[in-house]
Amino acid sequence: MDLQKVAQKNLEGYVGFASLPNQVYRKSVKRGFEFTLMVVGESGLGKSTLINSLFLTDLYSAEYPGPSHRIKKTVQVEQSKVLVKEGGVQLLLTIVDTPGFGDAVDNSNCWQPIIDHIDSKFEDYLNSESRVNRRQMPDSRIHCCLYFIAPSGHGLKPLDIEFMKRLHEKVNVIPLIAKADTLTPEECQQFKKQIMREILEHKIKIYEFPETDDEEENRLVKKIKDKLPLAVVGSNTIIEVNSKRVRGRQYPWGVAEVENGDHCDFTILRDMLIRTHMQDLKDVTNNVHYENYRSRKLAAVTYNGVDNNRAKGQLCTKVDTVDGMSPLAQMEEERREHVSKMKKMEMEMEQVFEMKVKEKVQKLKDSEAELQRRHEQMKRNLEAQHKELEEKRRVFEEERANWEAHQRQEQQKLEASRTLEKNKKKGKIF
Amino acid sequence: MAATDVDVFSNEEKRNLTLGGHVGFDSLPDQLVSKSVTQGFCFNILCVGETGIGKSTLMNTLFNTMFENEEASHYQNGVYLRPRTYDLKESNVHLKLTIVDSVGFGDQINKEDSYKPIVDYIDTQFENYLQEELKIKRSLFNYHDTRIHICLYFIAPTGHSLKSLDLVTMKKLDSKVSIIPIIAKADTISKSELHKFKIKIMSELVSNGVQIYQFPTDDETVSEINASMNAHLPFAVVGSLEEVKVGNKTVRARQYPWGVVQVENESHCDFVKLREMLIRVNMEDLREQTHARHYELYRRCKLEEMGFKDTDPDSQPFSLQETYEAKRKEFLGDLQRKEEEMRQMFVNKVKETEAELKEKERDLHDKFEQLKRMHQEEKRKVEEKRRDLEEEMNAFNRKKVAAETLSLSQPLKKDKDKKN
Repeated sequence: MDLQKVAQKNLEGYVGFASLPNQVYRKSVKRGFEFTLMVVGESGLGKSTLINSLFLTDLYSAEYPGPSHRIKKTVQVEQSKVLVKEGGVQLLLTIVDTPGFGDAVDNSNCWQPIIDHIDSKFEDYLNSESRVNRRQMPDSRIHCCLYFIAPSGHGLKPLDIEFMKRLHEKVNVIPLIAKADTLTPEECQQFKKQIMREILEHKIKIYEFPETDDEEENRLVKKIKDKLPLAVVGSNTIIEVNSKRVRGRQYPWGVAEVENGDHCDFTILRDMLIRTHMQDLKDVTNNVHYENYRSRKLAAVTYNGVDNNRAKGQLCTKVDTVDGMSPLAQMEEERREHVSKMKKMEMEMEQVFEMKVKEKVQKLKDSEAELQRRHEQMKRNLEAQHKELEEKRRVFEEERANWEAHQRQEQQKLEASRTLEKNKKKGKIF
Repeated sequence: MAATDVDVFSNEEKRNLTLGGHVGFDSLPDQLVSKSVTQGFCFNILCVGETGIGKSTLMNTLFNTMFENEEASHYQNGVYLRPRTYDLKESNVHLKLTIVDSVGFGDQINKEDSYKPIVDYIDTQFENYLQEELKIKRSLFNYHDTRIHICLYFIAPTGHSLKSLDLVTMKKLDSKVSIIPIIAKADTISKSELHKFKIKIMSELVSNGVQIYQFPTDDETVSEINASMNAHLPFAVVGSLEEVKVGNKTVRARQYPWGVVQVENESHCDFVKLREMLIRVNMEDLREQTHARHYELYRRCKLEEMGFKDTDPDSQPFSLQETYEAKRKEFLGDLQRKEEEMRQMFVNKVKETEAELKEKERDLHDKFEQLKRMHQEEKRKVEEKRRDLEEEMNAFNRKKVAAETLSLSQPLKKDKDKKN
């Protein structure tokens, strides 16, 4: 469509398309929702407990033990799918956990299986998106990665930094301070400041809350930003405190309540992750991380026809891609280039050919002219000789004629004198 | 985009768990809705119908606004499509509305190709979207979607049946766009005639295999109303922006000497039904149908045309990479072959011309050989003549000498005679 002016129109009465959001709402509820959450961290940091607390359900239980209970020799990536329903809304929740992460003595490259898993989910989506027959496109891409930081109180460990640096451009990373009930509020503050400093220093891009037009929302977002990274506490047990039943951890010196904003940032995490930004996490995964993966993958294919994506585990720098062209459009472009190249080649060959032909024809003409000239010369020569001969003959004939005439004259004279003598002799006798 | 979310859950083992309290993900639809409201919506309507049948008036009436429109003339050379985009706002909902008008439709004497510009326009919008989707660096969420979501086909209120142009055009369009057939200027048909007309039209559509848009009945909240509306198709509409006072209300209507036809009166025409179905209930479904059905069909055909397949000869699914690699190899091989062909053609041409020129050279040579021979012949003749002349000269000289010798002895005889 040609770019045209888009006119602003004011409606003079109720039309009814303001119901569009309701229509969208209705359809989305009917379709149901999906969300994939990844939890990463060393054993014993309370990952399973936190998940159970977040979703108020026994995702991890004796029957389905959490990652720290499944001791592995190497880092595995495993997923559990659960279907939960609330208020008519159905959610298919996939929790991806990584047992064995950071638990070995030598943890070099322990992030590799995780990166491979994320990439393979992107690859699956890319393949199903690129099929000719597209039916269902199940979205199993990782929408969010909760990274658990041990509450040392000092700073990030080298493993933490390595992991986040390698994953921040592939997935939404939300770092959490685990088991925050081992830090006092002041220690926690310091710790958070230190972590944020280090994150800034290493240019790690953790998940950012989007700006909105709403003033109120922006203020809330700012408050959350000041508390990053969130320090959380989880619990599988319900305790009675002041005749209220709460989730908490019972200590001899008191109860650390999970949902108490003064005790930890759990409610902030839950509200942000589930109640307000779940959709945004999915959108950022789709529009940013997935698109990055896709453009890198397609650029490698088109440029070399060979899979250049061996640099999977390496730190990703700026994405180098062809200027916004689809591989098919690129082939089209190449085809056009080739056509013009062929035309040029044809023209050149034509020119060379013409030139050579002209040369040869010229040569032929020249030799013809030369031969003609020689022939002319010889002819003239011959004619000259002819003429000379004619002249000679003429002279000779003339001479002969004269001599013969002279001879005849003499003869006649002689005849005449002879006759006279004869007559004289005859006359004398008388 | 919500439209690409999964329809069917995968077959992995899923546990159903009960929640021990209010988690809060029931706000997910609200999160989705607020996102789409911020982004704004987009809707594209195509109006197909003869000149003067009331397309522009109906659009104005539907959207309660005067869209700028010059009246079209009947003397267009062919059919062309005129899209116009407007930014509308209602409550907090932004709608980017594009109305595409088919100008000149039905005016030509030969209408065989009338449907082509319409089909081409629809395909072009699909193509543009496909190209964007296939780009390496793409921004689909920012993309202004121009694909046609609904085609309102305006049927002339003859009261008898569909024109053959209508059948042909709708048949060509039904696989590319959702069609809602509309009986225009319905205030010229009486109620009983209308009833018969509707039945005739629907049966003709069915017998000719034309697929029109059915309002969806799978969602319980709207299935009832959609099902009942399906039975009223095609909608008989009247459009007007003029206001007439009826009773103590001012309504939009057309004033005739014999009465007032009220646009929003359901017993006068089906305008309200159309507005309800098109805008208030099924707008989102129409957008979804266009994307999930018509666009996918176009895309599938286009890709198959270009030689893409989903499985290789062994029925192993191709990965995207393999497909592109194979395509690319084929493509490069093709280019190589073309180059070779051209080179070969030149080699042949050169050979031919060389042979020609050689022949010419030989001919020239022969010609001059011949001339040389002729020349030799002439020379010989001249030599002969020269020899003859020489001989004659010699003979003459001999004669001369002989005669001289004779004449020398003659005078002696004379003297001798004289002495006697």
